[in-house]
Amino acid sequence: MSKTMTRQTTPAPSPAPAQLRQPRLPRWAPAATALGSALAGCGLGLLAGWESRVQWGLLAAALHVVASYLLAAAVEGRRQARDRLATSVVWVSFLVAVIPLASLLWETVARGSRVLDGHFLTHSMNGVLTLDEGGGIYHALLGTVQQVGLAALIAAPIGLLTAVYLVEYGGGRLASAITFFVDVMTGIPSIVAGLFVLSFWIILLDFGYSGFAGAMALAILMMPIVVRSTEEMLKLVPNELREASLALGVPRWKTILKVVLPTAIGGITTGVMLAVARIAGESAPVLLLVFGSAQINANPFEGAQSSLPYYIYEQWANGNAPSYDRAWAAALVLIAFVMALNLLARGLARWKAPAQGRS
Amino acid sequence: MTTDAVHPPPAPSPEERPDRPALRAGRGATHRGDRVFRGLSRGSGITLLVVMAAIAAFLSWRAAIAIQADEGNFLTTFEWDANADPPVFGIAVLVFGTAVSSVLAMLLAVPVAVGIALFISHYAPRRVAAALGYVVDLLAAVPSIVYGLWGALFLVPHLSGLYEWFEQFLGWTGVFGYAGGAPRSLFTVGILLAIMILPIVTNVSREVFRQAPAAHQEAALALGATRWEVIRMSVLPFGRSGVISASMLGLGRALGETMAVATVLSPSFVLQASLLDPGGGTFAQNIAAGFKEAGTMGRDALIASGLVLFLITLLVNGAARLIIARRKEYSGAAA
Repeated sequence: MSKTMTRQTTPAPSPAPAQLRQPRLPRWAPAATALGSALAGCGLGLLAGWESRVQWGLLAAALHVVASYLLAAAVEGRRQARDRLATSVVWVSFLVAVIPLASLLWETVARGSRVLDGHFLTHSMNGVLTLDEGGGIYHALLGTVQQVGLAALIAAPIGLLTAVYLVEYGGGRLASAITFFVDVMTGIPSIVAGLFVLSFWIILLDFGYSGFAGAMALAILMMPIVVRSTEEMLKLVPNELREASLALGVPRWKTILKVVLPTAIGGITTGVMLAVARIAGESAPVLLLVFGSAQINANPFEGAQSSLPYYIYEQWANGNAPSYDRAWAAALVLIAFVMALNLLARGLARWKAPAQGRS
Repeated sequence: MTTDAVHPPPAPSPEERPDRPALRAGRGATHRGDRVFRGLSRGSGITLLVVMAAIAAFLSWRAAIAIQADEGNFLTTFEWDANADPPVFGIAVLVFGTAVSSVLAMLLAVPVAVGIALFISHYAPRRVAAALGYVVDLLAAVPSIVYGLWGALFLVPHLSGLYEWFEQFLGWTGVFGYAGGAPRSLFTVGILLAIMILPIVTNVSREVFRQAPAAHQEAALALGATRWEVIRMSVLPFGRSGVISASMLGLGRALGETMAVATVLSPSFVLQASLLDPGGGTFAQNIAAGFKEAGTMGRDALIASGLVLFLITLLVNGAARLIIARRKEYSGAAA
């Protein structure tokens, strides 16, 4: 462009910019192909008489990807066509993933709200036949709260202190061994944790099924999560704070308790709450160790209890319409509980974050 | 407190590392409180190690009892009659089912997850991306039993049409044979597990893609690269090992998933090639399904299978950690 300009001293009509630029598809082209292929997918699906919408959707998605590639290849050239291909594939994969996840939430809310009311929250399943309507989740709610609470009471202090050891006292072979095994522990399947407590607490020590046995398995699952998140938070505390405190002659343990931990408390709490939300949904250890019960048992140390996730499984296994309704309603309560914990934890992290950023 | 302050802190010796002088300074002056606190935190760390060792030890102990009593071959027998006398059980079907369903889940989930991660990090408008990241975080927290309920009551009835299609066009392979009926099969389990691990794999991949150096991407753009070329040449190479480790973490989760599989799968102790038909089983599902009816030997046999699952997840997670560790070195060298 500049070369031609310098050569042509006489003001010749400069070449039109349209010739320098590659021809481009109009901006509405992707939307048009998407709409067109969606229509084509539905039309073909109707014609061929496929029952499930899954096929319609897959066909439409494939059509869209191919159509946008061919169109771009014809008008814009191969490089642009590849770009278009990648864009449409990314969009399609996003939609493919969003649909099941949205459907999961939608189904739970729609089917769960049918029987969810005050009665459902405040009554147990005691004396309710599986084929009958009615009954509730009070015993399961109580069990979940007690088991998760006990697990948090065991796991949070151990996890927190371990993280303090790793960050504040760490270094050396013990610390690296702990770091490694915390990683390993994160990957333990919940059912394996359950089997361990089974073989140790119930088979070897001969205690019965109880909420506490379940809580121990949940604590094993929770510990590594707490260690990890607390470690991250403690590492964010600026070294200057520790140095300033130590320089004033404050002993190390007081520095940790009064300076380091308060600075990071927001993040640590968030981590613990996220870990609680994670274990609140575990049903496998409960199946092995708490055994399930239809009655209210307020003592987690003695006798079988229930828990929300286990209740869902139990009602599903009954395999009839009233039980399915109860299962969905319990699932809605469980999701709401877990989401509320998550949102609360994140809100807390946000609220506490500026103070950390400034220090 | 005041008495503490009277003692001057020991002067940092010159050979101490200058960048973190304060971190080691407490060592010289050990107060009682310090010793107690240090002991406590150290003890917690050791407790964690003891728990890990105890898990391995107790599972091995019960597993050894079960395997000694086993009249069949623990690795190759195709049945699970652990409560019979003499007990006959083997994990061959479980190994097959676990491997097939979780590898299938990974094959389905990872490409889609990478797509979503790229969508969030490079394609979506910024405000949408922030909201989406949040939603993905929340979805990762949905309990597995809820996925199981949804899978059994919603996903399974919606898949039979698709499976008839598979049978029609791909039935000749033998893998996609489908005899009709409710598709409570290994393939369905694979799809459900894929949906379940999607949020986790997406989360980790998105974090890695977001860290891709902006300078590389801007340089590519300045050379006239299209958006896809930028991603292919600067983002994906940077994120490759991160995506690999993310998918290994997802695989680990899929391997150990219990309740979702137990609700969706209709198990059997037959090894069959057609994945669309009901049958097969996974380690975790078999434990959950067989536990309530199990006697003493039955429980021990289930614990033995749990030990195998434990070892497999250890291997997978260990591999993921190794890859992450290597990546740390790599990015450290590049920085």
